[in-house]
Amino acid sequence: MKMMHVTTSINGDPTEFLCDPRETMLDVLRDRLNLTGAKEGCGTGDCGACSIILGGEVICACLMLAAEAEGQDIETVEGMANDENLHPLQKKFLEHAALQCGICTPGILVAAKALLEKTNNPTETEVRYWLAGNLCRCTGYDKIVRAVMDAAEEMRSL
Amino acid sequence: MALDDAFEAREFKVVGTRPIRPDGIDKVTGRARFGADASASGMLHGAILRSPHPHARITSIDTSRAESHPSVKAIVTRDDFAKELSGEDWNVLENVMAGERVLYDGHAVAAIAATSVLAAKEALALIDVVYDPLPFVTDVDEAMRPDAPVVREGVADESVPEGMNPNVVRYHENGHGDVDIGFAKADLVIEKTFKTEAAHQGYIEPHACLAQLGADGNGELWCCTQGHFVAARICARLLGIDASQLRVTASEIGGGFGGKTTVFIEPVALALSRKSNRPVKIVMSREEVFRATGPTSSASMDVKIGMRKDGRITAAEGEFRLQGGAFPNAPMEFAAMAAFAPYDLEHVRSKGWDVLCNRPKQAAYRAPGSPMGAFAVESVIDELCNKLGLDPIEVRIQNGSKEGSRAAFGPRFKRIGLIETLEAARAHPHYRAPLKPGQGRGLSCGFWFNHSGETSVTLSLSYDGTVSLAVGTPDIGGSRASMCQMAAEELGIPFDRVRTTIADTGSLGYNDVSHGSRVTYASGLATIKAARDTIQKCCARAAEEWGIDPEAVVWEDGCAKPSGHNAGDFEPMSLAEIAANMGDTGGPISGHFEATPTGAGVSFATHIVDAEVDRETGAAKVTRYTVVQDAGKAIHPSYVEGQFQGGAVQGIGWALNEEYVYGDDGRLQNAGFLDYRIPVASDLPFIDTVIVEVPNPGHPYGVRGVGETSICPPLAAIANAVSNAAGVRMTHLPMSPPRLLKAMQEAGIG
Amino acid sequence: MEYVAPNSLDKAAEIAANARGSVRYLAGGTDVLVQLRSGLHQPSLVIDLKRIPGMLDVVRTADGGWKIGAATPATTLNAIKELRQSWPGIVEAAELIGSTQIQGRASLAGNLCNGSPAADTVPAMLAAGATVTIVGANAERKTLSIDDIVKAPGQTHLKPRDIVASINLPARSQKGADAYLRFIPRTEMDIAVVGCAVNMSLDGETVSEASVALGAVAPTVVLVPEAAECLLGTRLEDEAMENLSMSCRAACNPIDDKRGTVEFRISIAGVLAQRAARTAYQRARERQ
Repeated sequence: MKMMHVTTSINGDPTEFLCDPRETMLDVLRDRLNLTGAKEGCGTGDCGACSIILGGEVICACLMLAAEAEGQDIETVEGMANDENLHPLQKKFLEHAALQCGICTPGILVAAKALLEKTNNPTETEVRYWLAGNLCRCTGYDKIVRAVMDAAEEMRSL
Repeated sequence: MALDDAFEAREFKVVGTRPIRPDGIDKVTGRARFGADASASGMLHGAILRSPHPHARITSIDTSRAESHPSVKAIVTRDDFAKELSGEDWNVLENVMAGERVLYDGHAVAAIAATSVLAAKEALALIDVVYDPLPFVTDVDEAMRPDAPVVREGVADESVPEGMNPNVVRYHENGHGDVDIGFAKADLVIEKTFKTEAAHQGYIEPHACLAQLGADGNGELWCCTQGHFVAARICARLLGIDASQLRVTASEIGGGFGGKTTVFIEPVALALSRKSNRPVKIVMSREEVFRATGPTSSASMDVKIGMRKDGRITAAEGEFRLQGGAFPNAPMEFAAMAAFAPYDLEHVRSKGWDVLCNRPKQAAYRAPGSPMGAFAVESVIDELCNKLGLDPIEVRIQNGSKEGSRAAFGPRFKRIGLIETLEAARAHPHYRAPLKPGQGRGLSCGFWFNHSGETSVTLSLSYDGTVSLAVGTPDIGGSRASMCQMAAEELGIPFDRVRTTIADTGSLGYNDVSHGSRVTYASGLATIKAARDTIQKCCARAAEEWGIDPEAVVWEDGCAKPSGHNAGDFEPMSLAEIAANMGDTGGPISGHFEATPTGAGVSFATHIVDAEVDRETGAAKVTRYTVVQDAGKAIHPSYVEGQFQGGAVQGIGWALNEEYVYGDDGRLQNAGFLDYRIPVASDLPFIDTVIVEVPNPGHPYGVRGVGETSICPPLAAIANAVSNAAGVRMTHLPMSPPRLLKAMQEAGIG
Repeated sequence: MEYVAPNSLDKAAEIAANARGSVRYLAGGTDVLVQLRSGLHQPSLVIDLKRIPGMLDVVRTADGGWKIGAATPATTLNAIKELRQSWPGIVEAAELIGSTQIQGRASLAGNLCNGSPAADTVPAMLAAGATVTIVGANAERKTLSIDDIVKAPGQTHLKPRDIVASINLPARSQKGADAYLRFIPRTEMDIAVVGCAVNMSLDGETVSEASVALGAVAPTVVLVPEAAECLLGTRLEDEAMENLSMSCRAACNPIDDKRGTVEFRISIAGVLAQRAARTAYQRARERQ
């Protein structure tokens, strides 16, 4: 199998990698770039645990070929905190105990960040529908929804 | 020891507060390392070949074509595992890798280790297996029929009456009184048959492990598991090695709910590693998780209850038939024992049947057996209340179990909090809130035993006075936070001076799995006792320093102090001071606790649900939900609420949409999150919670396990709400739209 | 498997024409990637269309219609207010495909080419009278109707090397609107158990033109002209609604599967048709 050379940007860092054309962006992030924050819960776009931001839109890394990353800007959970300062969403998730096992947390944080970049005052219903593609089996979503809305409120006041 | 464990009322400083969990930052930044996040140099990737047949004889397995694939480094089949196992060890091995026959769709047949995931999967197609398909059965009622295809011969134990199909492998009975006498006293007797389909725990993290095993039997295993000590024990037996030579480290675990209390891929990865002499990683696909791990049992049940016009239950009887896949141990006795536990009954009888089917081996799922039994019993009670015009909470309070009540399963209850949950539910605004047209309200109680299990804890002082706490129960929902709280409470130091680590199997004594809602109870109790052991040692050091009797030293606010003026006049000596000098005063200081505690307190809950039904389409939606549960003592209330909410929502999924769907070909039709429909955020309202605290007499702080009871009432509470909204009694879960619409159409509704 | 991302349609057509083995085109990839991974399709070449100018763009045509580049994701459609006003049914159908994450990738053309009878946007496109511009193996352009393309579960009438370049929507009459509804067991993330699109124009308060299409009730998405007929000349009076339901139910030829039974699908088709018709009618009235 001939490997492909891809040049891209991940969390603002210029990044190059070689990949098998069959590999997904998630395979490359996790297995070649050692960015294991994005998780594989299903591999079919049904759970959202591998959510990343590609050119401003939240997508599932498992449904993107790594080769498609050429020349793109990609953000992952590893890029959310600003140096030692956590993103308001990260802080609110901790304060609200919005995670139990934590496997869905990176994907939900990335998806919620994309939401709050589009609207800083989402309703509960908007948050619930926006996050419908991010499965969480531990929390029943209650504290997650509250944490996202509280983070939005904090970000509005900044 | 029993006295020593006993509850003592006290004022808490750390317990009951809501600190940020110690593993929190790792989990919101992506740094936390879960099962699939590990790698090793020289690592190979494993993949498993699985049966496409629900039942077949394996005529031959030819691996020669796969062996010639350049990337393939090892292939294993059943021949590569221990021989002559028996009992549950044999069952687990047979499930991990098929022997002479495949017993369900997805049953493992062979495995490959190759230099990449893609190569390993590609090479699976090069293994040639010849199957001789056999008749199969996947439904519990069908499997009990005399002429049903036989899954396995010779499994039944002596409890099963003569003449039954060999698929019926165990029988259980409990109860007291004479139900015939009781039914004769009733004004109304209702008897109904119920069915629940198999649900999967649905943890988001597929099983994953990284294994290394040398020819000398010395190995390392990293895996996502609810119990690494148990994983070590089972893997050692299946591989024929010594348990102590296999060091198992529990990764962060991405959900388990009972489904990660046993092993599936771990022995396979170890066998591949032994054969290739390289580390081997296996990560299950989601499809494999559904087809080949352990969903819960499906159930078929008959329940009959008699009630007087004044609401008193005169007798209750139930029969609970559970299939647990192609292996014994479906939790039918838990269904039979838990179903009537909320009620103080004079005449009660429960029977349980354990039945084999051509489905994957069931695994525990959050209070195994109890939710189904509660669904059947609480549905009949709801129907009795409706027909007799009685308030469902008043009837439950009137009949409810309390301290001293004789449980349907035998013993008399110690201090319990069922009535308190019912009273709190009655007082909650939800219970009196008006319903909109098309909505119905449902109520249910639920019960779980709670478990204790083998537990070891070590608490060690650092020179700077901070504390390392090593526990052996994987943290599946924030337990490191509550362990830190309990240690800090005992030692009288701030929460953030304690760090809790899940120790590997080489570093701590044996621990049972994180299951049975046991961790905050048992590891918590052990933590408290290890802290007290540490305190005793610290007091002895102070006594030595002061030249007084150790008995004359007490521990207060994180310091050793003379017990009074008679003991001497010394400045208090803090934990930090004692730790700073420990090298010169006798050496390192650590506290321990190792035991199998016996005081796990049972737990009850009451749930209130409002549901809305679209009578044209059969769509049901939960519009309001309130969980009221006895936690004994909530160590970290946020994570207690989280357990309540999570259990309720898993129950919503099970009640409305989740089910294993088998086709006429005996194959699983919906092995993915697209068609195995767990609730999504937009399906749900906020889940309101009320924490009731009736102390468990068997824990120093009164803790009861909370993780499982929360899934016991929802099936019934939601079924009652939906039935009341739809105007027809729903007796088959899940109440998926086709099932609900059909029931309404048959009843002439809509 | 090889991957290429050409920068023109002609180049893509040339690569496809010269390719040996099977070729898959990649737009949003939300179906293609799943099929690659499951082993359902193992193409020797994947041609990514997203680097081709225009493939991610939505253009208003001279006649007031719309040309939607084949790889345009649902989020882009939803962000164009005028498109939402003209073809709310198509935009809402696109918005129903999968999660937010899927929305960022999934396209109308991909939904069509995947050949699923349960595809959400296909009933809406069919009811709208949408057309498809195709680039053939010799780089020649042709335009087909949606009906010309749907064939069978997982199959279309497209030739193996045909590339869908754009989806074209006609100009919307001032008094018209469309609506799409589907039934799923959850609120999101499911495949339609039944889908129904209704497109109509009004003359005053009366339906003057109508089309009705159903999804997931037959081997392909189907137009139901008898159902549309029931709406013509009516103001959606009870009798018309009853007739609409009956025609839709009569047009169903569904299967029993993990998502629904035959009887359930037939029942629901009649219910959704009424609900979609009422929504389309209400929208059309509001536009006047």
